Amino acid sequence: MERVLAFRKYLILGFILLIASIFLARLFYVQIMVDKYILSANNNVLRYMTQYPARGLVFDRYGELLVYNEAAYDLMVIPKQVKKPDTSALCSLLGIDAEEFRSRLQKARAFSPYRPSIFEAQITRENFGFLEEKLFLFPGFYVQPRTLRKYSYPVAAHAFGYIGEASPEVIARNPYYRPGDYIGISGIEKSYEEVLRGQKGMKIRVFDVLNRDKGSFRDGKYDTTAVAGIDLYATMDVQLQQYGELLMTNKKGSIVAIEPSTGEILCLVTSPSYDPNLLSGNIRKKNYAALLADTVYVPLFNRALMAMYPPGSTFKLVDALVGQQEGVLTPETRYGCQLGFAIGNGKKVACHPHPSPLDLIGAIQTSCNAYFCRVFKSIIDNHAYPGTRKAYENWRKEVMSFGFGKKLGIDMPGELNGNIPSPAYYDKYHGVNRWRSMTIISLAIGQGEVGITPLQLANFSATIANRGWFRTPHLIRAIGKKDSLIGEFTTRHQVAVDPRYFEVVVEGMANVVTAGTATGAKLDSVEICGKTGTAQNPHGKNHSIFIAFAPRNNPKIAISVVCENAGFGATWAAPIASLMIEKYLKRTVKRKDVEERMIGGNLINGKYDDDQRKQRDLSQD
Amino acid sequence: MTRENKGIFHRIDWVLVVLYLSMLLIGWLSIYAAVYDENHYHIFDLTQKYGKQMVFIIAALLLAMGILIIDPKFFSQFTWFIYGFFLFMLVVVIFSGREIAGSKGWFAIGGFGIQPAEFAKMATALALAKYLSLQDIDLRKYKNVIGAATIILIPALIVMLQHDTGSAIVFLALVIVLYRAGLTGFVPLAFIGLPVLAILALLINKLILVAILALIAGGFYFFSKRKIRTSLLILALFLGLSGFVFSVDYSVHHILKPHQQNRIEVLIGKQTDLKGAGYNVNQSLIAIGSGKLFGKGFLQGTQTKYNFVPEQSTDFIFCTIGEEWGFVGSALLVILFTGMIVRLIQRAERQRSRFSRFYGYGVASIILFHFAINIGMTLGLVPVIGIPLPFISYGGSSLWAFTILLFIFIRQDSSRFELV
Repeated sequence: MERVLAFRKYLILGFILLIASIFLARLFYVQIMVDKYILSANNNVLRYMTQYPARGLVFDRYGELLVYNEAAYDLMVIPKQVKKPDTSALCSLLGIDAEEFRSRLQKARAFSPYRPSIFEAQITRENFGFLEEKLFLFPGFYVQPRTLRKYSYPVAAHAFGYIGEASPEVIARNPYYRPGDYIGISGIEKSYEEVLRGQKGMKIRVFDVLNRDKGSFRDGKYDTTAVAGIDLYATMDVQLQQYGELLMTNKKGSIVAIEPSTGEILCLVTSPSYDPNLLSGNIRKKNYAALLADTVYVPLFNRALMAMYPPGSTFKLVDALVGQQEGVLTPETRYGCQLGFAIGNGKKVACHPHPSPLDLIGAIQTSCNAYFCRVFKSIIDNHAYPGTRKAYENWRKEVMSFGFGKKLGIDMPGELNGNIPSPAYYDKYHGVNRWRSMTIISLAIGQGEVGITPLQLANFSATIANRGWFRTPHLIRAIGKKDSLIGEFTTRHQVAVDPRYFEVVVEGMANVVTAGTATGAKLDSVEICGKTGTAQNPHGKNHSIFIAFAPRNNPKIAISVVCENAGFGATWAAPIASLMIEKYLKRTVKRKDVEERMIGGNLINGKYDDDQRKQRDLSQD
Repeated sequence: MTRENKGIFHRIDWVLVVLYLSMLLIGWLSIYAAVYDENHYHIFDLTQKYGKQMVFIIAALLLAMGILIIDPKFFSQFTWFIYGFFLFMLVVVIFSGREIAGSKGWFAIGGFGIQPAEFAKMATALALAKYLSLQDIDLRKYKNVIGAATIILIPALIVMLQHDTGSAIVFLALVIVLYRAGLTGFVPLAFIGLPVLAILALLINKLILVAILALIAGGFYFFSKRKIRTSLLILALFLGLSGFVFSVDYSVHHILKPHQQNRIEVLIGKQTDLKGAGYNVNQSLIAIGSGKLFGKGFLQGTQTKYNFVPEQSTDFIFCTIGEEWGFVGSALLVILFTGMIVRLIQRAERQRSRFSRFYGYGVASIILFHFAINIGMTLGLVPVIGIPLPFISYGGSSLWAFTILLFIFIRQDSSRFELV
């Protein structure tokens, strides 16, 4: 018996060793095999506190500050530390009701009871001062300094764009962004986001179980400081921009002005617009919704880049240039015009009364429809090419070398291609080999399928001003320092038409202003070259278009003006362009009567309704 | 009698003493690390737990020396007096004691709390050894089994009345002594088997479990000699176990208190509420797991330093070791404990007196139980039962009681040749 019991010693020892082995195996698993526990340990104690850098500033071409930052404050909450009785007092300070307070706190608690969440974002300095005095009464709340984007002038909203919190999609795509970070959403804020945003810093601090700050992690060895964003030097003349927006009061349309020699955009007016300060800070959401809901003015629509118009008679200049390049037109070529150009089946493209026959300069000056229909016909029917399609393809290629029908590549998001119809389009519409010059003759006078953006029109004007080349239009000339120019905008793009064919067109454009269709644009001290256009609008009154540059020699400004529903190009667009040129070159405008008439014109609410003139506009132009 | 002249210190088991002293040192440093505070960085600062623990350690060493110079016969002769005294104290503390952490088992003496339940374990181990060493005690006789069980269960039940379930369960560890003394193997088997069956009952379908039991019973019946008595026994066991399976579910959901229910559900993985009942165990595992191989270094543990682990100086002290000393340190402590328990059993087996041998087994059983439950709890292997890790956890009562428990045996062991 005693021996049997003595054997039990080994069973007991075995049991002890079994327990020890289980512990060692478990320790091995927990400490060596899996990594989740060390990650959890770091999550428990380490708080990564973002240091937000100030966003880069934006200056205009004369060094005037356009976009800057103002201190703003995010009210943060740590739900666990919030004491209940204070709610009503804080509610009244923030102007929210108890229900809203509860739901925000609930949301924060759902995220984490121990970690800070944003309770109210972007409180302005004025409101913060009021809150700051009382904040100590509310345990669990503290403020985190942020910045608020501010704009010196209430203009150029579309050019600047706006910033907002990075969306979950952005955060998923780009690991730089974290919830609560700001990101440029449109305009140059978006296209220069990586320059403007700077580099976030990170402070790692250690917190205990009660969320008390226990100091920096490893004495700040892993901390990084925030690097402020880089400043931008814009090409914009803010005075000109402001003047342009004033002229466009109560009008839909756009004014784009470019310095021809550099491609620098002097103003990018789109109308109707809004004050960019409306989309800054915590008022953005509300205001954005209101702007979006305005379907009459559509203020968020950036017409300068995103509206496409048939260029009307301004496109005749393209005929003149390509015709010469293709050898089917010389300055001396004369065509007669009997109030129009017959296109068969008893139809004709109408024209207005003028001397006949005319040479090229005269045709530009009077904007003769018949003349340019013949030029276009001779380009497309050119026997140098084996058939209509080939000739058209060549025409299209040369037209597109002016930057039409494709994005110019401005440093702003959202630019449209415009449209120069492809042969495939006509094949589909009319059938293969079933279209010829007379089928597409409306292209000659810039009507039909062709679509051009105001930016492309201005660039076209700059190209003629330069006699055959352009630089990509851009809004930002330098990054960081005033003279560190952006390389990609210094390239010259040569168009497919030889420079020697330009002078005659320039002569014609000069005559347009002195004695042609746009004498209203005449400026005594400066020789302005221009061309009127009227875009057919199937939905209402025609759009008034004018392109111009000045001075004739060594031009300083090229411009396009589009006034929607304004009728004949000479009535609104030409005087506005002329005023803009005067403003830019002379800095003051002397023609107060013209200025007053332009500012006072209300084309949105139909004050100048003369629908019956619609057809006449076209034929006069 | 030359051995006696050489003095007591030449005959005590220095292996046990060194293991004991190293555990005291590890405990003290771990408490320092667990409650470390830069404002009180001095390890001798008496206002802090580590300073107090140093005082407890000095007192414990004095107690140990005191026991070594007491005549070893004293303990066997005064066993019943000691047992009776601590039973009385256990009752008194219910009426005049202080309540700490929901348990009414504390006397307040000066600034310290004394917990008689800790000392009662030692008294019970003595009493059990005494009872088993009496003439004619044979654990094959029901009468003697009942006698031994009574000695164990009386203090356990009184401690239960103090709402200290953890300490009460510790007394059941003494079943190992009974097993060594001749109790049928079914009892310890039931002690291990029934919890396993209980967990199975909570995890899998009860009807399937009963079907499996029926199959096993059928197997036994088939291979047995098919005497009526065996058949009845098998049937009774089957019915009893089936009843157990169904009652487990009922007990867990209707008899246990909500916090106890949660602990069990967390353990078996049915509940993963990391902010509620599972918080302690999860934070404990994070602390231990984040130690990796070599640990974060002394005083570098973030989990313990910033109080993410609750009760880190007492019941969850093992987390501090796991976090700051990593696998190497934790494994070393497990090996130290295993070594101490194995050494106790080996020394107990060498005893010529039955009293000393059974007492040695009692000491080993109690330390084993504390070690298994405490570390098992921090590793998420057993439910959270609040009992300290011997010699390591902060606290005077626990340290003194374990010191007395251990050194009475070391004293008996040192004089094993004197007694017949």
